[in-house]
Amino acid sequence: MTDHEEQPQEQPEEQTQEQPEEVRRSFVSVFVEEVSASPLTITILAIVSALILGGLLVALTSEDVYAAWGESPLLAIRTGFEAAWSTYVALFEGAIGSPARMFAALQSGDAEEIRRAFNPFFETLVQATPLIFTGLALALGFRAGLFNIGAEGQLFIGAIFAVAAGIYIKGLPPIIHVPLAFMIGALGGALWGFVPGILKAKTGAHEVINTIMMNYIAFRLSEWLLRGPLQAPNSFVPISANIEESAQLWTFFGAPIRFHAGFLIALVMAWLVYWFLFKTRWGFDFRSVGMNPRASRYSGMNIVVVTVLAMSMSGALAGMAGANEVLGVNHNLAVAFSSGYGFDAIAIALLGKSHPLGVVLGALLFGALRSGAIQMQLQAGIPIDIISVIQAFILAFIAAPAIIRTIYRLKTPSIYKGEVFSRGWGGD
Amino acid sequence: MATSEMTIKKTADYVSPTRQRVMGILFLLIAFSIWFFFSRSLEPGLQTTFGLTPGGSETQLPDWIFTTAPVLNILALVCAILGGAQLARGFGSRTNLVLAWVAGIFIFSFLAWGASGGSLNMAGLLRSSLVRSVPITIGALSGVLCERAGVVNIAIEGMMLTGAMTGTLVGSLTNMWIGLLAAVAVGGLLGLGHAILSIRYKADQIISGTVINIGAVGITSFISAKFLQKYQELNSPGIFPAWDIPALSKIPFIGPIFFEHNLFVYALFFFLIVLHVGLFYTRWGLRMRSVGEHPKAADTLGINVFRTRYMAVILGGMMAGFGGGYFTVGSVGRFDEVMTAGRGFIGLAAMIFGNWTPFGSFGAGLLFGFTDSLASKLAILGVGIPSEVLLMVPYIATMIVLAGVVGRGQMPAADGKPYEKE
Repeated sequence: MTDHEEQPQEQPEEQTQEQPEEVRRSFVSVFVEEVSASPLTITILAIVSALILGGLLVALTSEDVYAAWGESPLLAIRTGFEAAWSTYVALFEGAIGSPARMFAALQSGDAEEIRRAFNPFFETLVQATPLIFTGLALALGFRAGLFNIGAEGQLFIGAIFAVAAGIYIKGLPPIIHVPLAFMIGALGGALWGFVPGILKAKTGAHEVINTIMMNYIAFRLSEWLLRGPLQAPNSFVPISANIEESAQLWTFFGAPIRFHAGFLIALVMAWLVYWFLFKTRWGFDFRSVGMNPRASRYSGMNIVVVTVLAMSMSGALAGMAGANEVLGVNHNLAVAFSSGYGFDAIAIALLGKSHPLGVVLGALLFGALRSGAIQMQLQAGIPIDIISVIQAFILAFIAAPAIIRTIYRLKTPSIYKGEVFSRGWGGD
Repeated sequence: MATSEMTIKKTADYVSPTRQRVMGILFLLIAFSIWFFFSRSLEPGLQTTFGLTPGGSETQLPDWIFTTAPVLNILALVCAILGGAQLARGFGSRTNLVLAWVAGIFIFSFLAWGASGGSLNMAGLLRSSLVRSVPITIGALSGVLCERAGVVNIAIEGMMLTGAMTGTLVGSLTNMWIGLLAAVAVGGLLGLGHAILSIRYKADQIISGTVINIGAVGITSFISAKFLQKYQELNSPGIFPAWDIPALSKIPFIGPIFFEHNLFVYALFFFLIVLHVGLFYTRWGLRMRSVGEHPKAADTLGINVFRTRYMAVILGGMMAGFGGGYFTVGSVGRFDEVMTAGRGFIGLAAMIFGNWTPFGSFGAGLLFGFTDSLASKLAILGVGIPSEVLLMVPYIATMIVLAGVVGRGQMPAADGKPYEKE
């Protein structure tokens, strides 16, 4: 199993006590070394580098830049810089809100104008909510050594279950109906995670392949249901009926703010996942199996149960994301309603080092990107898809921190351990 | 776990008694359902008409007309006899072959039943199955190239998508041949990226593949929204015309199905043979497979593991890029956002289903292409099965194969494991 652990490439210990001039090292150089050793630096640099590359893409595909290139290259560079800058300003204003507008709204005291001015910020939270759930799903899987690439499919099944519970269960008070529909959604996701889990545990079939397959089965299933049994009566498009009002997640502000109780549930789930992973015996088993399945088995842990349970719980969390979207935002189910929340989650979980707090922060960042991108498209005319490009770069830099270390000449920390996310197709 | 050792010990000839029994019962069940669900539900005199000439073909053949119920009964009987023989003494190493035959009989019975009282263009169905299998099989071949050398490639989808977009863009600016070359080149570049991330930087290969998949959706949709939709002249590369192979296309039934296609189908046959011979009968292939099975041993013998893997992944990327070209310059003649629609992942499934071999992948690709093509004809047959359910078949079949129900696949032993030189 040594191939999972990278040998430290340099041995910085030599520099410590033997050399007397070490004492006279300047405050700045010590600081620089400390900073380069911190994993947080890599994370921040990864995000910044990805944003720079995204800006480069904007500049390289801008027609203004092409026009300016004809006049002089210098002008082209300036135009490119301005194009990238205006893109990110629009992104920021779409994600957080325009400070000037917020200030003016507060001064005017007009309630609706205040809601409008602050809406971008709340929209970020709305976008971040499903990402927190799916990010937690991936993180929980990673901790147990499982790569659940099927969060998207589990999300779809969760949404189907939740929307069915929201439509067909009638006459319940909201205080029962909402949690019930939410739990049924989670159950659907858990079921979709259970299948690859049990296949992995019993036959060794790799969960990555099986979850990919289960994704597409879920997509086809939802298409069929929405053209058949679940389709709203008198509807010509594949869309379900609206859920009962008693199943809708609570909102706190008037229109246009869509912020709802799902975000709070997501935070509670993040804390629960943290508590489970780090404060319970089961969580210890999960992390132990994730780090070294063979040692865990010899120490008497039940790998089969841990694998099945981890995949089911991961699926349940992803299912909650689907339930959250259906019960909190859309109030119905349409074909392809999720725009890749389950796939963004991979980057979020890695960005957050598979820790619930990190996941929440990563989800907020990605939620801000998503919500800002809509504004960016309107204001700067930049297609929303640039977000995927930025996300791909972030993911690449996080997965291969050596790239960032090389670009920014960071020192390799002395205790660097390669992280293991998944193993080869054939088990371990 | 112990599975890899077990598969090595288990020789190909050995069929466990449980599997022999399960297979026998399965054959009997199929025989029963052909009789019970198909044959019994038909009125006695109904006839099935199978068209044997695809639409638009010059090589004509009269329709094949038969009375449905008796034929179905005979087929059910054949299946029952095969099932009985399997239970009694077993077919040993030929079990999977017999299984394929029984499955084929079942599909044929299903079609005969669905088309009873009407007609179905069988040749057209088979021909479109072959056409639809092209991107799937080429994707699978890309996977075979990478994974035989021990690098997992789930980025086939992303490489294809980027290849499709590049083929359109460059093809519109120049001509479709250069467009296709550009698609191949871009696929190779993405392969290089995958190789650098996963071999040089030892990033997790699945994450590295995900990077390419996410990035490919982003960049192709970005360029499509920014340029291709705005300037239609950038989105019209043309389509490769069909070339009939002179003598072969005149063979009745077979000719129109196999030999009246454009470049991509013939290229698929060519790649299949080259890759099969290359992998299993040349030193190049032996080296590549050894790197995928036991890199340490290969390294000891002086094979450059890293270089071999780089080469394999780049070639795999080029193959996927070529497959991407099929979507634009090979069939539709324009690029639409996310137009590969999961074909790359079906290709991955076909590779697994085909047991990491070129011809196995082609067989699986044909099967998946067939379900794809049949799904679009279900409405004509009017059998009451939603096409979405049929479209799930490739995925479910792959999961069943992967779980070892019909014999475990022989994946390369070092697949997905980064190699560290000591």
